[in-house]
Amino acid sequence: MTLHGRWEVGGGSRRGAAWSVLFTGATGLATALILAMLAVILVNVAWHGWPALSWRFVTAGTEADMFEVGKAGVFPMIFGTTARVILMTLFVIPVGVTTAIYLHEYAHTTSVLTRVIRTAVANLAGVPSIVFGLFGLGFFIHFLGDRLDLVLHPDNPKPIWGKPALLWASLTLAVMTLPVVIVATEEALRGLSPGLREASLALGATKLQTIWQIVLPNALPGILTGGILAVSRAAGEVAPLLFTGAAYYMAELPRSLTDQFMDLGYHVFVLSTQSPNLEQTRPILYGTVLVLLLLTFALNATAILVRARMRRRQRAAG
Amino acid sequence: MDDVSLPKVRLPEPAPEPSPGGAGAGEALLRTEGLSLWYGSARALHNITLGIPPHRVTAFIGPSGCGKSTLLRCFNRLNDLIDHVRIEGRVAIAGHDLYGPGVDAIELRKRVGMVFQKSNPFPKSIYENIAYALRLHGLRERRRLDEVVEQSLRGAALWDEVKDRLHRSALGLSGGQQQRLCIARAIAIQPDILLMDEPASALDPIATARIEDLILELKQRFTIVIVTHNMQQAARISDYTAFFYLGELIEFDTTRRVFTNPSQQQTEDYVTGRFG
Amino acid sequence: MAEPSHPGGRRPGWQALDRGQRARPWEWVAEQAIRVVSVTAIVLVFLIFVFVMREALPVLLGRVNSAAAQERRALPVEQMDRLDPEELRQYLELSRKEFAEMDRDTLRLLMEVKLEAAEEVPEDKDAPLNTAAWRYLLGPHQWTGYDRPAYIWQPVSSIHKYNIVPLIVGSLKTSVVALLFAVPLALAAALYVSQLAPPRLKEWVKPGIELLAGIPSVVLGFFGLVVLATFLQQVCGYASRLNAFVAGIALGLACIPVIFSIAEDALTSVPRSFSEAALALGSSRWQAAWQVVLPAAVPGVFAAIVLGFGRAVGETMVVLMASGNASLLTWSVFDSTRTMTATIAAELAETVFGGHHYRILFLLGALLFAVTFLSNLLGELVIQRLKRRLEGGR
Repeated sequence: MTLHGRWEVGGGSRRGAAWSVLFTGATGLATALILAMLAVILVNVAWHGWPALSWRFVTAGTEADMFEVGKAGVFPMIFGTTARVILMTLFVIPVGVTTAIYLHEYAHTTSVLTRVIRTAVANLAGVPSIVFGLFGLGFFIHFLGDRLDLVLHPDNPKPIWGKPALLWASLTLAVMTLPVVIVATEEALRGLSPGLREASLALGATKLQTIWQIVLPNALPGILTGGILAVSRAAGEVAPLLFTGAAYYMAELPRSLTDQFMDLGYHVFVLSTQSPNLEQTRPILYGTVLVLLLLTFALNATAILVRARMRRRQRAAG
Repeated sequence: MDDVSLPKVRLPEPAPEPSPGGAGAGEALLRTEGLSLWYGSARALHNITLGIPPHRVTAFIGPSGCGKSTLLRCFNRLNDLIDHVRIEGRVAIAGHDLYGPGVDAIELRKRVGMVFQKSNPFPKSIYENIAYALRLHGLRERRRLDEVVEQSLRGAALWDEVKDRLHRSALGLSGGQQQRLCIARAIAIQPDILLMDEPASALDPIATARIEDLILELKQRFTIVIVTHNMQQAARISDYTAFFYLGELIEFDTTRRVFTNPSQQQTEDYVTGRFG
Repeated sequence: MAEPSHPGGRRPGWQALDRGQRARPWEWVAEQAIRVVSVTAIVLVFLIFVFVMREALPVLLGRVNSAAAQERRALPVEQMDRLDPEELRQYLELSRKEFAEMDRDTLRLLMEVKLEAAEEVPEDKDAPLNTAAWRYLLGPHQWTGYDRPAYIWQPVSSIHKYNIVPLIVGSLKTSVVALLFAVPLALAAALYVSQLAPPRLKEWVKPGIELLAGIPSVVLGFFGLVVLATFLQQVCGYASRLNAFVAGIALGLACIPVIFSIAEDALTSVPRSFSEAALALGSSRWQAAWQVVLPAAVPGVFAAIVLGFGRAVGETMVVLMASGNASLLTWSVFDSTRTMTATIAAELAETVFGGHHYRILFLLGALLFAVTFLSNLLGELVIQRLKRRLEGGR
């Protein structure tokens, strides 16, 4: 190669440029395809679901016939899903945050036991939700529930606690999301600079004062983001409810924690697999799906907003 | 290890035996006797015995890893936070053993303030940074809080710079201002002893000079122990200097003597810059 | 400056040091409460292992007998009064609660049913077989009416056939389709977003994929069942509308966010200096991405696939709705297929508590638990090692 030729950068790399375009194009196309599929799902649901959505649809019950277009409503399902999500949150957030605080601030970080617990907890986040449903049935309903019945209502042959119920479904979901909340909270706690804790302790604050007044307020956005994501994941979850509390049909709203409930996600399943005529009931089905999506996306969007605000504030502070 | 006799307390000047009633001038306020410390199986401090006189500035110098910061953290029991730390020997303030049974580390830290190498203001407002410390001590009355916050900021020579933005985030201050805020926070709760762990090592020369002036002013009210890498700094501001090497106390004397006429060869090598 | 008075208004002597921890009983109580709550939560989390295993254990140990014709003979209805209630309850295999709820006529009816069943069953040569034994759970058997040994899952029939092989194969089939669909797309997108895309585009793509992750699986199942199934059948022209292929594609949509986010994370954690070194040597951006960054992040990509597999195997609603749920043992992905998760979901509600069907479904659950837990552990370990190596190399 002549010296002159070595400096002809433009001409020599034509093949390279073609590869570059091909490679960038292919990966970019894959990205576009994923987003396109997302768009297809969302547009499809919105397109068919929107006409079905009405004030009556979201406030009416299923008194008439849950498969009859124009009469069926989803209020009992919205109520049930909201109730179980709120109950679950009441259990999982305090317990999860407390546990993370214990693991991160109190337990000996180097001990083998702590490491085993941490690994187990992190990996439980990936265990299938249906397995948590099995656990809920085996532990909450048959182990706890049956025993509660024996103790509290020994003369009543009908099970009160030892059957699927709103309480057990919420607890099952709480156990399912517990690892997610613990991991997210620990992450947030780890993100704080150790200097903050030392500064507070060196001023004569107790550990608890330091945690309550310095550590928690500063970790709060991280905890909230993780918590809301966990809650939104649980809101759309159906598999663990199949045997722990969701009802196919109920004439009335649940009145106590031991009642079963109707659920948006489960109702989507029921409408799309048990409907006598799928073509006819399609509007109800799409309407229900749209309501469920709006609910979970609202939760997701909240989490994303909280995180964005947190990042902005950190950037402003740093 | 086999030494059965009590180690002699090394004091820069002859001092009377400590009386448990309280510490008068000229006598050690804080003293360690045969203090050793292990991180797991690694020994970080070897049999340290010294006494720190009140209302003076005592500087700890020595190369990195010589245990000077570790020793400082024994004085407010901040080492308690680290797993697997083991301590032998005695650390006492005015005759009270800091590691005795039933000693309240929290109460101790209210009396022994600390300023860290990296300034660590809380992500709160300037006012709240100091008010937090005061509330820990039961001061809640708004008017008194305002008063003490102002006193502390004046004491740390920061008041004039921040009086118009007390309620803005402390993280918006410059590095030197942040460090002085940390000093203000530490002195707000009126400790007897102020521990400073390389307080100026991350600051520019001008900010460093202001901190040094401040230290000289503060020594009238507090007993100050300062860890520093900077020998000029030790020479400028301290009355006494302790030189540490590999976890051992090599020499402890008046600053003038340590820097002009040290008794140990190692000290001389270090202060003249031959190693470290 | 005048000496300011002590903030607390008092100036205790050093004696206060000796008050010790007793000084703050409420904090002690609070910290004990934290400990109790946390230990309870951790124990609860570990109870999942215990309870799923507990219900499955009798099957594992071979203590369950699911033979249609048990050793005990059926009793004539007239003998009902000679049995004491407890014997009767056990004979009729009722729980205490069920037994207490039933009146005399119902019990009598059950006796008759039992007798009829006993008279019907023995004609089948398989009736005395304990179908919950390991060799029937895993091996083929020539059942009455079949012309050759077969793997059959048919729990609700006169002979309870509990062969779990079709279900395992079903789970694998759908998962493999899902991965074949999701892995190339998700990896390519991860490579694009982490290495090639302009930063502004990145800020749009990542929330988009998070949105996909936020779609409940029941909605993906619905989409597979209602939209995708018809569309794919028209395009590919296979016979069975719902099958492993449709379920696999819908399942792939659930796996894409998992694989994408882990792979993207691994690719981003490759130090910039690596690709900058390659760029400085004259390679183009895609060459740096393909030849330097991707090889450095290979363990992360592997972990992403493993975790994606865990997600696919464990997913329930998508396969329950879109796979057709026929428990056939075939290798074609265009046949109706039933997975382990869908089987549990569809059948558990109708089983007798503590019965053999119930326990075998728990066995499936335990199997799922083990597979996903181990694949997560593997993925997690690989990622940790990769990160440590990359950080050490910096």
